[in-house]
Amino acid sequence: MSGATETVSAGSARTARYFIYAALIVLALVYLLPLYVMLTTSLKSLDEIRGGDMLALPKDPSVAAWVKAWGEACIGVSCVGIKGYFWNSLKMVVPAVAISTLLGALNGYVLTKWRFPGHKIVFGMMLFACFIPFQAVLIPMARLLGAAGLSNSTAGLVFVHVVYGLGFTTLFFRNYYEAFPDELVKAAMIDGAGFFRIFWRIMLPTSGPIIVVTVIYQFTNIWNDFLFGVSFSSGEASPMTVALNNLVSSSTGVKEYNVDMAAAVFAALPTLFVYVVAGRYFVRGLMAGAVKG
Amino acid sequence: MTTIEPVPVVSPERPRRSFADGLRNGLPKLVLAPSFAIILVFVYGFILWTVYLSFTTSKMMPIYRWGGFDAYFRLWSQPNWYVAMQNLAIFGVLYIGICIAIGLFIAILMDQRIRAEGVLRPIFLYPMALSFVVTGTAWKWFLNPGLGLENTMHNLGWASFKFDWLVNPNMAIYTVVIAGVWQASGFVMAMFLAGLRGIDGEMIKAAQIDGASTVAIYRRIIIPLLRPVFLSAFIVLAHMAIKSYDLVIALTGGGPGNATELPSTFMYSYTFNRNQMAVGSASAVMMLMGITAIIVPYLYSELREKNQ
Repeated sequence: MSGATETVSAGSARTARYFIYAALIVLALVYLLPLYVMLTTSLKSLDEIRGGDMLALPKDPSVAAWVKAWGEACIGVSCVGIKGYFWNSLKMVVPAVAISTLLGALNGYVLTKWRFPGHKIVFGMMLFACFIPFQAVLIPMARLLGAAGLSNSTAGLVFVHVVYGLGFTTLFFRNYYEAFPDELVKAAMIDGAGFFRIFWRIMLPTSGPIIVVTVIYQFTNIWNDFLFGVSFSSGEASPMTVALNNLVSSSTGVKEYNVDMAAAVFAALPTLFVYVVAGRYFVRGLMAGAVKG
Repeated sequence: MTTIEPVPVVSPERPRRSFADGLRNGLPKLVLAPSFAIILVFVYGFILWTVYLSFTTSKMMPIYRWGGFDAYFRLWSQPNWYVAMQNLAIFGVLYIGICIAIGLFIAILMDQRIRAEGVLRPIFLYPMALSFVVTGTAWKWFLNPGLGLENTMHNLGWASFKFDWLVNPNMAIYTVVIAGVWQASGFVMAMFLAGLRGIDGEMIKAAQIDGASTVAIYRRIIIPLLRPVFLSAFIVLAHMAIKSYDLVIALTGGGPGNATELPSTFMYSYTFNRNQMAVGSASAVMMLMGITAIIVPYLYSELREKNQ
């Protein structure tokens, strides 16, 4: 109203903005700190780690710890580094993501465009399956994999991840196809297109965004899984997360913090890479899993 | 499509049509059936199997001898189980509360037409992309009493600074909270930010014209409007808290002693290491009941709202 109050409020508005930026920058630094410490520690020598400061930049950066973590570090009794486990994880992730995504797309398509009585109950049961604590299926699954000769194998882990990822992939595609106009599907039916033809020619070509979301979600989830990995595999068949935990928590010999951190970086790289490349979709995937439409 | 055929007296087309129709009607269900069967068997069937095991006398291997509620009595007489439940209560309340508080706080800051939003948002969110094992490893090192934060503070000249939570049985559970909050709060921020962006600006403008202060606008108008986001965040965080396993294993290994035991670590060690499979199953059933109590009402209301 009056000039005086306006300048006062303009001044306080400016202080408020300074406060906002300062708070955000401090918070951002706090969130970055563990990653920074992880990276710098992995580039230091053991002497420098023991004598120096965690926050200091490495005086003489070296990738020796990375090389050791990749090819020489001892996990259990074998000292061949984490590279084998890294490949185990990759061999597990790729087929598991591909199969669960394709099945999810088909399920979502049926549940939205070919509805049948009871489709809601079917979807509700698949949805609840997303949330169960896996401890409630751990023992039977261990028995089944053992009986099928699949325990301690990548194929067994692929199977487990497909089974317990189906709920999520179905949820993603169902919500996406829900918004897809029914008229287009009906028109295609009248033109004589069948179930699969409509799926391949009409639904899938428009599913780019949801495929990206689903693949990212499944990739991070399966790559990061620890519980199934530690329950259904051991020794050299373990995935990356289990090997990392074995490396870090082993208490024999000299504790090589730099090698531990380098191994952690290797375990983090694939998901961080996906996140950097497709961060927008990553957030959308998390949200889709959280807030159902 | 339709070919003109010489029409006999009684049309033979009808049975063929209905067969084709039957196939056309059946095909979608046929496609969905394997997935549904998988869920039915490996989720619901296995849950029943676990429930059954919890009523047996299984030790190292499943034994299908009826033991009644014995395993449950034994579960609820384990001091370890009470430690796990108490830790879950501490961890759950703090983890959910702090994640929501920090997430909302950062989201409100980010919503003030910030210039570098595109740079800041990924910084708050990237921990969510990491494995809990990586997070646990990083924080274990960061909080290392000898070489981590404590040492850094000593180097900065704060000689009396003491931070031994990681090895202090009374405080170790709080390190799990710290690492958990670091990992999930950015995601909660993203949820709140999406909620804030969805609020109608007209209502806020009207309040501003009426002379309401910014704090009052947030307290009286914006935060109440975010109620669905609070609910979603609560559901997601609560179910993550109950399932938390990897983070504890990587950060503290459940220790020192049993100081950071959670139901998930309890279940695993009793089933696979201590040869008390029936008790382990009973604890898994308790976890399932906890999650069901949270999730089912939520899913039910979500699916019903969708219907209207």
